[in-house]
Amino acid sequence: MQEIIEKINELFENGTVNRVLAWKTGEFDYERTPAVFTKEDGLDGFSYDSFCAANLAKYLILETKKEGKIAILAKPCDTYNLNLLIKEHRIDREKVFILGVPCRCKIDVEKIRAKGIKGIKSIKEEGDTLIIDTIYGEKTCPRQEAIQDKCLACQGRTHVVFDEKIEGGEPANVEKIDRMAEVEKLEAMTPQERFDFWRSELSKCIRCNACRNVCPACTCTTCVFDNPASGVSSKANTDTFEENMFHIIRAFHVAGRCTDCGECSRVCPQHIPLHLLNRKFIKEINELYGTYQSGEDAQSKGPLTNFTQEDAEPSIVYTKGRV
Amino acid sequence: MQKIGVFVCWCGSNIAATVDVKAVAEAAKQQPNVVYATDYQYMCSESGQTLIIDAIKEYGLTGVVICSCSPRMHETTFRKAVQKAGLNPYMLEIANIREQCSWIHKDIKEGTEKAIILMTAAVAKVQLNKPLIAGESAVTKRCLVIGGGIAGIQTALDVADAGFEVDIVEKKPTIGGKMAQLDKTFPTLDCAACILTPKMVDAAAHDKITLYTYSEVEAVKGFVGNFTVTIRKKARYVKENLCTGCGICTEKCPMKKQPNEFNMGLDKRGAIYIPFAQAVPKVPVIDPDACIKLKTGKCGICSKFCQVQAIDYTQKDELIEKKYGAIVVATGFNLIKLDKFGELSYGLCPDVVTSLEYERLMNAAGPTKGHLLRPSDGKEPKTIVFVQCVGSRGNSCKEKSYCSKVCCMYTAKHAMLTKDHYPDTDIYVFYIDVRTPGKNFDEFYRRAVEQYGVNYIKGQVGKVYEENGKVMVQGSDLLSNEQVLIPADMVVLATAIEPDESARKLGTMLTASMDTNDFFTEAHAKLRPVESPTAGIFLSGMAQGPKDIPETVSQAGAAAAKVIGLLAKDKLLGNPCVAHSDEMLCNGCSTCANVCPYGAIEYQNKEFRIPGGVETRRIAVVNEAVCQGCGACTVTCPSGAMDLKGFTNRQIMAEVDAICK
Repeated sequence: MQEIIEKINELFENGTVNRVLAWKTGEFDYERTPAVFTKEDGLDGFSYDSFCAANLAKYLILETKKEGKIAILAKPCDTYNLNLLIKEHRIDREKVFILGVPCRCKIDVEKIRAKGIKGIKSIKEEGDTLIIDTIYGEKTCPRQEAIQDKCLACQGRTHVVFDEKIEGGEPANVEKIDRMAEVEKLEAMTPQERFDFWRSELSKCIRCNACRNVCPACTCTTCVFDNPASGVSSKANTDTFEENMFHIIRAFHVAGRCTDCGECSRVCPQHIPLHLLNRKFIKEINELYGTYQSGEDAQSKGPLTNFTQEDAEPSIVYTKGRV
Repeated sequence: MQKIGVFVCWCGSNIAATVDVKAVAEAAKQQPNVVYATDYQYMCSESGQTLIIDAIKEYGLTGVVICSCSPRMHETTFRKAVQKAGLNPYMLEIANIREQCSWIHKDIKEGTEKAIILMTAAVAKVQLNKPLIAGESAVTKRCLVIGGGIAGIQTALDVADAGFEVDIVEKKPTIGGKMAQLDKTFPTLDCAACILTPKMVDAAAHDKITLYTYSEVEAVKGFVGNFTVTIRKKARYVKENLCTGCGICTEKCPMKKQPNEFNMGLDKRGAIYIPFAQAVPKVPVIDPDACIKLKTGKCGICSKFCQVQAIDYTQKDELIEKKYGAIVVATGFNLIKLDKFGELSYGLCPDVVTSLEYERLMNAAGPTKGHLLRPSDGKEPKTIVFVQCVGSRGNSCKEKSYCSKVCCMYTAKHAMLTKDHYPDTDIYVFYIDVRTPGKNFDEFYRRAVEQYGVNYIKGQVGKVYEENGKVMVQGSDLLSNEQVLIPADMVVLATAIEPDESARKLGTMLTASMDTNDFFTEAHAKLRPVESPTAGIFLSGMAQGPKDIPETVSQAGAAAAKVIGLLAKDKLLGNPCVAHSDEMLCNGCSTCANVCPYGAIEYQNKEFRIPGGVETRRIAVVNEAVCQGCGACTVTCPSGAMDLKGFTNRQIMAEVDAICK
């Protein structure tokens, strides 16, 4: 962390940037929230560690419209979203300094709580073990068991866009999962089972819009759900099905653009596995149009907004598109 | 508020037989803002149109719904009618209660129910219609003909004679196509080359025609009147402007091992070759896969012998971009591959040949100099069996369902020509039916049977195999109900034809629709047979479906007439149903521009007042003259900023809501 602070101060001093978008410690010891630090106010409360899970990319849309250049601390996975935003002209590349920071997978405090460890005061990392200080005394938990789901699914990404990056840090030692395994489980269900699964999951939605607001691909100036002309906004819900459609429409809108950053599921207060909708799209796209990672570059056309003579012509009825 | 009139057409009994038109009109009266509804026998007739015009005037209608046939059929008719009554033509909606309703239903109750739903949807849409005004676009007065066979040549000549520039793009090194490979042509038996090659020369010499041989269409952009086409002129390795066509290079080439495509692989050609003596242009081409110089850097013999230094081993493919007002597809056909027809021994037994190979064996310029010698041992065949409908008219997956149309006639031709030259040959023809509808066609076939004594056997061939130097043909004779086994010297397969393999790719590039067999579909099977449903694309020859030479030539002329009709115009009235971007919602993400096939979307930075200041945002702007209203942008736009006039998202949702009510 020291190296990062030194780098930011250097950027402040040599006039490269006047602000930095990073994380600061919140109300609790293990809470990290996105924050903009200015040159004037300094780095009071700044933190970068295993609790900084939030993807900061989206904040740049507004920040790059402001006066002067801003630095962003970007984990490897965040840089994919930066590329997407650059590609879609949502951020002004000239007005941002991307400082790549290392990542050894982030900790999900909810997972620790789920183990029955309550009253957490602080959490420390010692190698692959977490030392948790609670009001009931000190507890431990293997680090692996508290890793964010989105990090378990991350297949070892590297910074794809940056101005400078800071290397190093401890190795992660995290055992990853096959990110498509859960999707395959859903695919194996009968249509009725799958329908029931999603109806049950999506019925939990309280329409807090956290998923939409955090999603770095959901960047419309005015969301269709806030646009009276769309015919879907501000409608009185006659049944929960409308909320279900919200998530399905959202998945369609980010299809081919979603980088699988997993923020939607991470922020959902109702723990709806929203990332599975997006991941299903990714799986289909990979199978139909060849492996595609959104945000890998800032130039290529997305598979759903591009056309080549070799494109599969999917037919859901007969071949499921496999040609 | 709209005042809507609903007009329900009987279409004689076409609609009225399966839809209770009176019930539809009655139901229409219950719809919001509908002030008038009626039914009439033929709404498209003079009196039907008058009925609409009078009603618009009498009831002060602001919107009109006509429940009738497909809008493809009569939308223009009815738009003109409402315009006559002083209404904007885009205040009209058509509910298709014929093709999508009465024709597919048998039960009146069901048909009526559906017709009412379709009417309801159209009424819901017209409530949201707004008057639209069409713009104009200029016409590029040049035509592109894709394919230089007889179809393409004829279309090009006809268009050029009318005074318009025409470019022919041909993928082979010479124009001429399949007709150049034929020996004689039915039913008059003139020699194909004698009637084709003068046309080839005419095309090359015409001051309005430019030939791009050994070239392919790489990309097509734009729309009717304004196409931009990229043509890939493949490296020939011979400078066309220097070459005199003397042919010394082709004689001296040491690599004479390549199968000669023009002779269907029945003899060999060099790595540098001129496809045939009357090729146009008569300029050789180097086959880069065979040329030793191009592969290893050694050799260069052709270059040494060339008197005019026309050989250029460093030549590269050239990309040419040109603008056209109209495009004619004349990509022609090929014989199907017979690898799935193992029972016929094609490819196993050299004396089993396709009809096109037989043409070359009969042709004086062919591999045997016109002597009929069988490929295996070069002997004259004494017994020849012709098998009809090989791969045609079948229902298995390896076969085509359609009739290839020309085989009956050319088989009769083959039989007679053979008998003419070798009267003692025994000829058998296995057929399903003999189809000879055409001027002097049946007489031609009867001559083969009655005068030449060709043995026609009604039945199909089950198996062909080689035994003791003979080609044994096992088939059934359905008329005498017995199995026959004929020891033949040669077997000729009347192989099914299929569209050229380039057609599918081209169809996608042109956004021209195709049928399941990859034949280009016409805008209307009867009334617009040479136009593609895509405006500005015309069809000529076998690319549209199997046809013989006289038919091809007449269709080529018809396509030319349509092209001339288009190119004669200076301006085309545009379609006002174009996309529009709402700048308040646009994110400037470029997704719409990515999917736009016409390059109609541009971006600009615009300042917007926001609370506490001014914000500069990147927004999409649609060039209405270029937009063709395909709607790709509207569905890809994540924020819903893009909308299509005349088909707005709200209108479509209103229709869906009306249907789902």
